[in-house]
Amino acid sequence: MATLDDLKKRIASVKSTQKITKAMKMVAAAKLRRAQENAEKGRPYSEKMNNIILNLSSGISDKENAPKLLSGTGEEKIHLCVILTSDRGLCGGFNTNIIKKAKAYFQKISDEGKILKIITVGSKGYDQLKRVYKDSIVEKISFKDSKTINYLDAEKVGNMIIKNFEKKEFDVCTIFYNKFKNVITQIPQEQQIIPLKTYEVEGNSSDDNYEFEPEEDEILSILLPKNISTQIFKAMLENSASEQGSRMSAMDNATRNAGEMVDKLTIEYNRSRQAAITKELIEIISGAESL
Amino acid sequence: MSEEFKIEIVNPEKSFLSKEDVTEVVVPAFEGEMGILKDHISIISFLKPGVIKVFSKSGEENYYVEDGIVEFKNNNLSVLTSSIFNIKDVDKDKINELLKQAEENSKNNEITDQNKYLIDQKIDVLKTLN
Repeated sequence: MATLDDLKKRIASVKSTQKITKAMKMVAAAKLRRAQENAEKGRPYSEKMNNIILNLSSGISDKENAPKLLSGTGEEKIHLCVILTSDRGLCGGFNTNIIKKAKAYFQKISDEGKILKIITVGSKGYDQLKRVYKDSIVEKISFKDSKTINYLDAEKVGNMIIKNFEKKEFDVCTIFYNKFKNVITQIPQEQQIIPLKTYEVEGNSSDDNYEFEPEEDEILSILLPKNISTQIFKAMLENSASEQGSRMSAMDNATRNAGEMVDKLTIEYNRSRQAAITKELIEIISGAESL
Repeated sequence: MSEEFKIEIVNPEKSFLSKEDVTEVVVPAFEGEMGILKDHISIISFLKPGVIKVFSKSGEENYYVEDGIVEFKNNNLSVLTSSIFNIKDVDKDKINELLKQAEENSKNNEITDQNKYLIDQKIDVLKTLN
C-alpha cells in the first residue's frame, strides 16, 4: 500500500495537471470564439464564389471544351489527397478522425489499383501518416508560423495544387478536413475539388441570363483556380474552429477526470490516515490494558 | 421610384462592405471601367487593379482593389476580391511599398503577357493615388 507521503504527492501532481488542462480549456474557448467568428465571416465569400461558378457552369453548353479543372482530365488514375490537420496535439480525436476517414479512402483507392499521392497540411497529419504512407506523401506543409489563418496561406496551397495539376501529376483531387458543427461535434469531411462537382440546378435557368465580359470560358478559367484556393481557405477556417472546439471538449473532459481522480485519491488518503491513527490508538490502549 | 440598389463587397476573411443605398458604382472591369446603375442587366465580370467608386447619398467612397469578380443580379451587386482597402485609410508609405513591389514584379521576365498587363495597370493606378 502506498504510504501517506506518496499519496500526498500524487494528489498534488494530479491537481497541477488539472490546473494546466483547465487553463488550456479556457484558452481554447477564447480561441474557439474567434475561430468560429472567422469561419462565419468567411462563409459569404465561398458561397458567392460557388454560386457564380454554378451559374457559369450551367451556362456552358460546350462540355467538351470546358476547362480541365471543371471537367477533369478524362481519366481517374492518380488521386491526390490533401489532408488538413492541426499543428498542435492535445485536441482529442480531432486529427485521428480525419486520418481515419482519409485512410479508408486510401484503402479504397489502392484496392482499385489507382495511384495515390498525398499532401499533408499541418504537422500532426504528417506524423500520423508517415509510417505507413511515407512513399505516397509528395509534400508536407505546415503553417506553424502564421498566427491566424489567412488567405495567403490557402492561396499557396491552392497554387501548388494547380501547378501540379497543370503538370498532369494527378487526375482527381480530394481534400479532407473537419467540418465544425458545434463544440462537441466535428464531422470529418471529404470533398472533391478537382474535377469540381457541380450539382445540377433544377428548374428555371431562364432568368439567369448573364452578360459576360470577357467570354464565359475565359472567366471560368480564371475563376476555377481561385475557387480552389477559396475552398481550401474555407476548409482551413472550418478546421481551425473544429480544432479549438475539439480541444476545448477534450480539455474539459481531462479536467473533470482529474477532479474525479483527486476525489478518489483524497478518500484513499483520508482512509489510510485514519487507519494509521486507529492502529496507533489500538497499540496504546492494548498496551495500557496489559499493565 | 428610388434609384438605389444594394452592394456587398466580400473578401475571404469577412464581409468588407454592405450598403443598401447605393446610386452608382464604377468598377475597374477587365475591359475598361464600367459604371453600374440600378436595373443594369445581369453581368459577371473581372476586375483589374484599380479603384472602385461607390456613390451613395452619404457621398462618394473610393476603394482600391487588386483583383476580383463582380456579379450584378436583381439589383444586387456582389464584389469578390482578395485584396481591398479604403483609400482614405491608407497612407502614402503603404502605397509606395505596393508600388515598389509591383515594379519589381514587372522586371521579372518570366511572367505572362496577361500578368504583365495587370502589373502595369497596378503601377499606373498606384502612381495616380500617390
